[in-house]
Amino acid sequence: MTPVPMLLADGVRKSYGDNEVLCGIDLEVTPGEVMCLLGPSGSGKSTFLRCINRLERIDGGRLWVDGERVGYRRHKGALHEMTDRQLCRFRTQTAMVFQHFNLFPHMTVLGNVTIGPVKVKREPKAEAVTRAHELLDRVGLGEKATAYPRQLSGGQQQRVAIARALAMRPKLMLFDEPTSALDPELVGEVLAVMKDLGDSGMTMVVVTHEVGFAREAADTVVFMDGGVVVEAGSPDRVLGSPQHERTRAFLSKVPV
Amino acid sequence: MTQSTPTTRERLLAGGDERLIPLRHWGRWVAAVIVLALLALLIRAFAAGDIDWDVVGEFFTAPTIIRGLVNTIVISILAMVLGIALGVVFAVMRMSRNPVTNAVAGLYIWFFRGTPVLLQLLLWFNLALVFPSINLGFWQGDMVDIMTPFLAALLGLGINEGAYMTEIVRGGILSVNRGQTEAALTLGMSHTGTMSRIVLPQAMRVIIPTMGNEFIGLLKNSSMAAVIAYAELLRASQKIYFVNYKVMELLIVAAAWYLIVVTVFTIGQMYLERYFGRGQSHVTHVPWTRRFLSTLFKTHAVMPEPPKVDDEEDRP
Repeated sequence: MTPVPMLLADGVRKSYGDNEVLCGIDLEVTPGEVMCLLGPSGSGKSTFLRCINRLERIDGGRLWVDGERVGYRRHKGALHEMTDRQLCRFRTQTAMVFQHFNLFPHMTVLGNVTIGPVKVKREPKAEAVTRAHELLDRVGLGEKATAYPRQLSGGQQQRVAIARALAMRPKLMLFDEPTSALDPELVGEVLAVMKDLGDSGMTMVVVTHEVGFAREAADTVVFMDGGVVVEAGSPDRVLGSPQHERTRAFLSKVPV
Repeated sequence: MTQSTPTTRERLLAGGDERLIPLRHWGRWVAAVIVLALLALLIRAFAAGDIDWDVVGEFFTAPTIIRGLVNTIVISILAMVLGIALGVVFAVMRMSRNPVTNAVAGLYIWFFRGTPVLLQLLLWFNLALVFPSINLGFWQGDMVDIMTPFLAALLGLGINEGAYMTEIVRGGILSVNRGQTEAALTLGMSHTGTMSRIVLPQAMRVIIPTMGNEFIGLLKNSSMAAVIAYAELLRASQKIYFVNYKVMELLIVAAAWYLIVVTVFTIGQMYLERYFGRGQSHVTHVPWTRRFLSTLFKTHAVMPEPPKVDDEEDRP
């Protein structure tokens, strides 16, 4: 028996009014896989990512995370839309890292990393704090636990955001252009943490413009344009010898 | 680039020890002197005027006045608490996607912001004319007994304040970046938890300065409750001057107490603002005395220190 896919998308569609952003996305991510989504702006990459944890609702098709239908519960042979509480529980399985970090500015770094485990998962505070310190050490910010986000550089803030996501022990991590808002010299430190995470076996879906990172860290590279998957495959194939004109045109424009 | 001849260069560098004379702000000094002179005239006029300052001193701590003061503070705080609670509830309703709750919140703001407070106080106080008695099934009573001046003042002031607070809270909530809500939801927080732990604490930073103004306004508006026989500060001083005819003296007593209370609460507000501004490191506190003196005596105002960014670990 093949393992349950961590993420399965079948004909996912999404529109805003008349504007169709996703026009039937089929994808599969196996446990432990690192998938990079590349493509020009407006190609629907971020929207697709936000459908996975239901920050956005899909208008058509089906999505599963670890075998569970996103946003629905099976009950007596029918699918019922999840209540707010069920949705909260569902969302704890995935974690998301945002382009603009979205750290909570009124809490310290430690507060940011422990609020999920303590308030959502009801873990004992002491345990959460110990683990938060471990995670901060892991992203190289062990010294910054008492700092406020404003006092950190962009790269440090994004690494805290990764630690905050990891604190929830997610099965699947979603990265929405995690380095796009960073000064060029700070990109490397964040990518290094992500590469490390992928190597340790975390399942990750990464929307990025960093072709170098995709080549180095991804198991699968997916090129999207105009709301469809243009091509998908190993980094060598998609980045090395792209089959489609649109992929080639895109790759010729981005820095490698 | 043309280089100056060594002689010119040497001449320029040699002149480095000259004395620097800062710009003198003569205009500021003249304006300050004129204003102080006018102020002195005003104070002299009042000191020499027909005011019996001994009476002011005598009644300043009179039991009736102190009771009135306590009532003013109590009704203001309770009405503010009611106003804030209503403000949060109606702001959330106003922003909800449910068209019914949204419209009801709009109606609430429309009515209670659109009619004078004094009129609303009279409405509540005279509610017995519309509903002579209340019957809750297990308990019933006469409205005249229930709607005391205290309750009428509390409802009148609090519900009116709630209408203003609704808009203030809504503005505060809208000021918080949408990404904060998304980050909280992504962590698995409920909508209620997101609002109370993430959005409202950040909205408070925007809400508190305005809320301070509202509270000061409410404190002074509470004097209108004198009309419906609530024994607050103004009514207390009226009660006394109806007997001894020292009208101006007792109004000065009341005014002084209002100023004292407002001053104390303003200081409290400053500390509250500092608490909710935590994490905003560019909010550096400069004492007003230093700020005031520096504009008079120095050429530059004291600027708050820029936020400290620690970049020792930034190298990849």
